[in-house]
Amino acid sequence: MAEIALETRYPKLDTDLKELATDVVRRAMAGGATAAEAVVREGDEFSTVVRLGQVETLKESGSKAIGVRVFFGKRAASTYSSDFSRAGIDRMLNSALELAKITSEDPYGGIPEPSQLGSLAGDLDLYYEDVYSLAGAERIDYARRAEKAALDLDPRIKNSDGGSFDAATGHKVLANSHGFVGEYRRSYCSVAAVPIAQSDDGAMQRDYWFSVARSLGRLEPAEQVGKIAAQRTLRRLGARKVKTARVPIVFDPMVANSILEHIFEGVNGDSVYRGASFLAGKLGQKIAGDNVTVIDDGTMTGGFGTSPFDGEGVPTRRTVVIDNGVLNSYLLNSYTARKLGLQTTANASRGLAGTPGIGPGNFFVQAGTKTPKEIIAGIKEGLYVTEFLGHGVNLVTGDYSRGASGLWISGGELAFPVEEITVAGNLKEMFFNISEIGNDLEFRGAVACPTVRVDGLTVGGE
Amino acid sequence: MDAASFQSQGHLTNVDKARFFFEHYGLTDPDLQRYLAAALSAGGEYADLYFEYLSSTSLMVDESMVKSASQGISAGCGVRVVAGERTGYAYTDDLSPERILHAARTAALIASGPAKTPVVGFQEKPARSLYPVTLPSVDAEITAKVELVTRADKAARAFDPRIKEVRASYADELRNILVVGSDGTFAEDSQPLARVNVSCIAKTDSVSGRGSSGGGGRVALDFFFGEKTPEHFATEAARQAILQLDAREAPAGEMEVVLGPGWPGVLLHEAVGHGLEADFNRKKTSAFTGLIGKRVASEKCTVVDNGTMPWRRGSLNVDDEGQPTQETVLIENGILKNYLSDKLSSRLMGLADTGNGRRESYEHIPMPRMTNTYMLAGQDDPQDIIRSVKHGIYAVNFGGGQVDITNGKFVFSASEAYLIEEGQITAPIKGATLIGNGPDVLTRVSMVGNDLKLDEGVGTCGKDGQAVPVGVGIPTIKVDRLTVGGTGRKDAGSFMQ
Repeated sequence: MAEIALETRYPKLDTDLKELATDVVRRAMAGGATAAEAVVREGDEFSTVVRLGQVETLKESGSKAIGVRVFFGKRAASTYSSDFSRAGIDRMLNSALELAKITSEDPYGGIPEPSQLGSLAGDLDLYYEDVYSLAGAERIDYARRAEKAALDLDPRIKNSDGGSFDAATGHKVLANSHGFVGEYRRSYCSVAAVPIAQSDDGAMQRDYWFSVARSLGRLEPAEQVGKIAAQRTLRRLGARKVKTARVPIVFDPMVANSILEHIFEGVNGDSVYRGASFLAGKLGQKIAGDNVTVIDDGTMTGGFGTSPFDGEGVPTRRTVVIDNGVLNSYLLNSYTARKLGLQTTANASRGLAGTPGIGPGNFFVQAGTKTPKEIIAGIKEGLYVTEFLGHGVNLVTGDYSRGASGLWISGGELAFPVEEITVAGNLKEMFFNISEIGNDLEFRGAVACPTVRVDGLTVGGE
Repeated sequence: MDAASFQSQGHLTNVDKARFFFEHYGLTDPDLQRYLAAALSAGGEYADLYFEYLSSTSLMVDESMVKSASQGISAGCGVRVVAGERTGYAYTDDLSPERILHAARTAALIASGPAKTPVVGFQEKPARSLYPVTLPSVDAEITAKVELVTRADKAARAFDPRIKEVRASYADELRNILVVGSDGTFAEDSQPLARVNVSCIAKTDSVSGRGSSGGGGRVALDFFFGEKTPEHFATEAARQAILQLDAREAPAGEMEVVLGPGWPGVLLHEAVGHGLEADFNRKKTSAFTGLIGKRVASEKCTVVDNGTMPWRRGSLNVDDEGQPTQETVLIENGILKNYLSDKLSSRLMGLADTGNGRRESYEHIPMPRMTNTYMLAGQDDPQDIIRSVKHGIYAVNFGGGQVDITNGKFVFSASEAYLIEEGQITAPIKGATLIGNGPDVLTRVSMVGNDLKLDEGVGTCGKDGQAVPVGVGIPTIKVDRLTVGGTGRKDAGSFMQ
């Protein structure tokens, strides 16, 4: 569609967002608040999907929003608005000041201490204008090339959910009544393909692959993404069920991420202080094998989970969460830190409304030494999981039961595809049963895990 | 809600137009015509504008304190242009004429060439009034909402001393929408939505359990002071948490599964509902592609999607493309009858538009989505269904589910379930995921109870990153064979192969 000529960017906002955020804080204080915090977000997005060679969707837009949190002593409330007019901002502020009257005094409430606030210095390599540098037609071509590479790989790739190219930039400003004002910009682009393969009996399988980067220059070639997507799809053809069994399980890196997500939920200060985590009260104790070290690092240059400060204006840092199997630190914001008598780990994540939650920086399992192939080679009969379905995890008890598909391991090799099975166990035991960690740590997002082998889980099937 | 009220459809009225956007943003018919003409200026075949003004409130009690209270407003307009199978989309959160025109011209570029489609004069279709609240909860006194969450907290704690943690939340919204299309579509709606949620953790020295419950719908605040009180939800959440303290390991492998009535209808949502959304079938990416007229369920199964149930969370007077919602039979006595369609798929596939075009917000492209999806009641006595099972499980509450629409595999996770041994419900078991194959799971439904129930109004469905409120329902049913994903240890040895 060479004739499509898109405008690449929306014209920039006239309003200075830093000025707006500080003004909102100032006016909240003038309105009687004892502390206040404002966040402004502005972003642009572009996305296109090409399906069977034809453009299916093109989307391009920008949006902005502002949120304010006010304190009257130990009472807090928050409001937000997408309306930046004087009247819109006034209404937002007034309703925050009103709303704070009905909340409870929370002795642990408040914004961080002035001494805790700040922003990492230097260029964190998070923003590249080049994500928007391609002309509209070239963006579409990116998506088309990814899909074509998938369709061309094998005649059994007969259909497609499309190839896609996405780009986005975001600008975030945070200001509070201790005088903190910070801002940062981040960019993002990605290319993906979702091919569908069909076997002779008509059964279909779908899988995907993608590349994501902060700069267009670092995106993997579209052709490579499409080819890997096709290979991942083809290997699922002819999948069958297996008998219920207890066998070693290998998690490919995409699904191994989910183990890290469970660890994250387990060390999330919000679940810890309320006793809703299976890891509550375990600080300093052994919760996993000696081979397991887990790190959260919000400072990594160019990282997908990197920012100069967290959602409360505290500079990000590197935290060793699990040190050779020992639980070394929870992940906290200032509220949960006060609740637990600890220091914030700069993991506050702030939406537009409500109290700040907790989010990871770059959160990963330290790589081991074996290749994935070597890990698989050590297993006589087992399961290599490539996809989970559903969210059957109880973080209070650690009980774990998820739908799965993947490949059966026989004699140290991937033998045949399997599907419609479940994997079950308990997270508390699972972390001790991580018997192998691969050398293939790679960041495709803020959370990353190498290939891992876990023993002692039950595969539910026929 | 009892089964009788399922049949009431709301009466057809020509709703007195709120004219929200005309009053608040000074929009006029000629403005709208001008924006649509700009959207079609590069030769698109169809264009529509979706104006949205959403106000919301949320409150949470945690550790018996009202820890958070928030309110917000978001407004914007999304412009869609369709050319053949192609869709161009742009949106703005600034409702000034310049920005809407800019969005329209951006979306227009999906097509290329001179304008060829005229904008037809607007005509409003008669629509139902399924949620005629006089005072939307979003405008109600905040103190009454605070009362709801504090009462829920108290009731959950009073249920049992082993309840150690309680979080009770209340959330409401009012979504004013205006949809206008170049085909003359003109629809306005004012959509309230409110919900109470309670989650509890029970603890003894050695074990923990969690429970959660919630509900609501497109209702006014008084719903929670009459029909479904905070105590109702709190007691239910606490009961589930306490029950988990005694739960045994769940079995693993294929077995007979009895689903209780109501929320377990999430089975239908995952196993068949998504696979019947027309977009997947138009693209032939669904495991249900080409199965219209074929048997996909036992004769006892009739499944419908019904967006016209008064006050329900999944209901809409008009969908997000301005089309009145309807009741659509998906499966009738086991035979696949219809797909769920939006404007694009109905035009490209030559199907009727079933009024299932929905979107999360003005930032999103509409697509076929479910509303309230349920199975009609059968003849069997629920007690007989339990008695007919030798070894199996009885699952009455679920977390959520997921489906791969291409290979048809779906899961849903039981949060409250029991062993059935020799026709008797025995011990509670830990949460377990159930997994099956959408196109054939319903062929193994051998008994259907006479006790159809809908869920209490907690469902949110995600598709392509867009979340929309939905409802589900089902009578007690027996599935002869379904894989249960327990650990199979201890008391469940007989289920291991």
